[in-house]
Amino acid sequence: MPAPPDFRELAAELGFENIRTDLEDLIPYSFDGTAALSQMPAAVAFVTTPQQVASVMRFADANHCPVVARGSGTGLSGGSVPLPNCIVLCLSRMNNILEFDEQNLTILAEAGAITQTVADLAGRHGLLYPPDPGSMKISTIGGNVAENSGGLRGLKYGVTRDYVMGLEVVLADGRILWLGGKCVKDVAGYSLKDLFIGSEGTLGVITKVLLKLVPKPPAKRTLLAIFPSLESAAEAVSAIIAAKITPCTLEFLDNVTIRCVEAYAAIGLPVNAEALLLMETDGHPAAVEDEALKMETLARRHGAQNVSLAGTEQEAARLSSARRHAFSSLARLAPTVILEDVTVPRSELAALVRQIQEVAQRHAVRIGIFGHMGDGNLHPTFLTNERNAAEMQRVESAMREIFECAVKLGGTITGEHGVGLAKKPFLPMMVSPGTLELMRQLKRTLDPRVLLNPGKIFDP
Amino acid sequence: MKQIPLQLSKLDYSMLQQCMHCGMCLPVCPTFDATKLERHSPRGRIALMRAITDGRLGLSRAFAEEMYFCLGCLACESACPAGVDYGAMFEASRCDVESSRVLATRKRDLARWLALQILFTHPRMLRLAGHLLRHYRNSLLPKALHQLRLTRWFPSWVREFEPFCPELSLFFSDQLIKEQETPKIKKYRVGMLTGCVQDLLYAQVNRDTVDILLVHNCEVLTPRRQSCCGSLHAHNGNLKISRTLARRNIKAMERLAGSLDSLDAIISNAGGCGSHLKHYDELLKDDPAFRDRAKQWSEKLKDVSEWLKQIGIKRLPSGGEPKLVTYHESCHLCHGQKVSAAPRELLCAISDLTLIEMKESTWCCGSAGIYNLTQPEMAASLLQRKLLHLESTKATVVASANPGCTIQLEIGLRKSGRTLRVTHPVSLYAEAYRKGLNPENA
Repeated sequence: MPAPPDFRELAAELGFENIRTDLEDLIPYSFDGTAALSQMPAAVAFVTTPQQVASVMRFADANHCPVVARGSGTGLSGGSVPLPNCIVLCLSRMNNILEFDEQNLTILAEAGAITQTVADLAGRHGLLYPPDPGSMKISTIGGNVAENSGGLRGLKYGVTRDYVMGLEVVLADGRILWLGGKCVKDVAGYSLKDLFIGSEGTLGVITKVLLKLVPKPPAKRTLLAIFPSLESAAEAVSAIIAAKITPCTLEFLDNVTIRCVEAYAAIGLPVNAEALLLMETDGHPAAVEDEALKMETLARRHGAQNVSLAGTEQEAARLSSARRHAFSSLARLAPTVILEDVTVPRSELAALVRQIQEVAQRHAVRIGIFGHMGDGNLHPTFLTNERNAAEMQRVESAMREIFECAVKLGGTITGEHGVGLAKKPFLPMMVSPGTLELMRQLKRTLDPRVLLNPGKIFDP
Repeated sequence: MKQIPLQLSKLDYSMLQQCMHCGMCLPVCPTFDATKLERHSPRGRIALMRAITDGRLGLSRAFAEEMYFCLGCLACESACPAGVDYGAMFEASRCDVESSRVLATRKRDLARWLALQILFTHPRMLRLAGHLLRHYRNSLLPKALHQLRLTRWFPSWVREFEPFCPELSLFFSDQLIKEQETPKIKKYRVGMLTGCVQDLLYAQVNRDTVDILLVHNCEVLTPRRQSCCGSLHAHNGNLKISRTLARRNIKAMERLAGSLDSLDAIISNAGGCGSHLKHYDELLKDDPAFRDRAKQWSEKLKDVSEWLKQIGIKRLPSGGEPKLVTYHESCHLCHGQKVSAAPRELLCAISDLTLIEMKESTWCCGSAGIYNLTQPEMAASLLQRKLLHLESTKATVVASANPGCTIQLEIGLRKSGRTLRVTHPVSLYAEAYRKGLNPENA
């Protein structure tokens, strides 16, 4: 490995306190939210302006060291895990909200702004920023865009991409560009902003984001349904979709997850239930009443033993907040928790659930399942120990089989976490060689010197 | 030079692994919030601890300083979905920092020796120091020193805080509370812990606690010679003395009560102490002579509001002065002990009292043991933040159930010329009761 470059020159430009190379500073930046992945960087750089990002890029170019952009480091596919000898480019201090446009219903935020801050600001003005990834309390908008994050409301409101109207990006050569704008319609040339959404930091560094907001729905109903099996819950979801109802949330938890979430949140979840569906509908009060009733009927028809309505808004909020912590609460059960996010067409949910259970049994691994059933996005979560090599091998095989199942059912290996490092080996299973080559071509065009997060998504 | 980090390695490795670095602790950590640097965050600190255990990082000065930059407020524990026991790892780390002596200087050694091994290990020494200090403050000496400008020889932190410090109690707890006090109708029997700082500065809170327990039909046993609970020692890297003090307290309570069996509860009224007292079982788990007794102790240990909530808080009828009160949560009561609703319930049992919630009531005020002395800058910024939230409630009283917070808030309020009164929830209840608001008439 080449010796790390001399960072003094860059430090002089950014300020010495903004370039960190001490071991005590590098270790805490050697990982993100992904289990069992870590790598020490050569330096961590803190920036507050796009010009500084450009300086880092020029320095990286001159010294041939890769740059890994990072927000709050909550990603779940290793997208912001450092690479050997790299600079971690940390945007968390670039966190101002620059503009709130009440007439056009947009927010312009710097990349490091926290998702929750954006959501709260919108809420205070009677508006809604719908994408709500599990880590929204600390995740950054820039990170959300780079990973095209989803969340609990995906089935009705879509994902981060659907709310990005404009972006400021810094390219690998240090050019600063603005892409998109406030026009609802805009077909002047390629929609280049879309190229950067979900690009996982491999094509450019996102520094500002213009976000679209929608009016906050006036009414909401939250239902909790208990099912005797995972499959019956999955069937109920398919039936709700087939009945042409679009709830804003259809979240699913299996027994293992229910117990862990309850241990953390203590909100009185039924710990003996085999499966739970958290169903939420929002919109016009009359429509909401109607949909809630229909969902209850459909749930019961598919075997729900009990369906209850959240009495107050606080109770509803507690339920969805508890659900948001499902992933982390599973860490109560095992030292290493590996979260997947396979997604299938919603008609295939029951089949996928069945196959996951079968795979778990055959490989003798423990898997907790929860997820956003409404958009077909499941989170089979491996409960294991990274220090147990034999078990990790079984986890690996089981994981591969689950991906194969999902792809065979017409699904995808990742619905919302991105490929990063964790799913890189499985990408060829998902996209054709031609598609992969096109991706590589794009990467080479925008980043010919291979500086931006190289080796993520695919090998260059 | 660098020693093997004994305490950290002694912990079960899965405790360190339990942190899956999801980042949910970041938004609640005051030091991360202020700096946006991961080394100042819970998951960053755990990563450093793990690196030390793995041998990837030596027990460096930077690590040591990091461990003392952490407030130990445990807000991360409340936020952690994975249930990581940060407190235990934090205590082990500080212990290792102390045994490595990377931070040792002669001045620091002397201060630690005086505080940890003399004053807060020998209750009589502490009270003696209290008496001396009281005499000093009541004498003409402070004024004379000021006029002769001799105070400039004082260390800067003494000069900074001395004028704003709360007065010492006129009487200490042993002068205010009998060893055994019995109510007219006796339903419960409880042990009472009077604390060190509570005793020196706020002994009346102890009296109020006993009174309120008597009102709730509890016979109260208060051992005369109580030791410091040992939290100061545990949080400052001396688990050994901490264990000695725990044993001493258990024995003192047993001596007075006959056995711990005969007690329905053991009461603490200081959030910081209570949080540590509840962990005696963990602390003494390797001591065969004390393991079971410590377990019993921990099971019975209750914060006063928690205990009252359990047996049913008696409502006081209205008839007194209307009061606007806000509640500041002691970190170690709300995060350490997860007691959050009970003190509010106690306050709301006073009919004339209106409770106004402040923003960020669970955010640390910067007191954090002796943090305001060791990290004055960070502590001051936290205090400022707290004072702003206090002020915007328009309350005239702030209730706080931990003497450390009370001191910090009193100093902050006095320095900024604000007139809010800081007091313990039990004192508000006891005062209302003494005004003749008898719960039997409610």
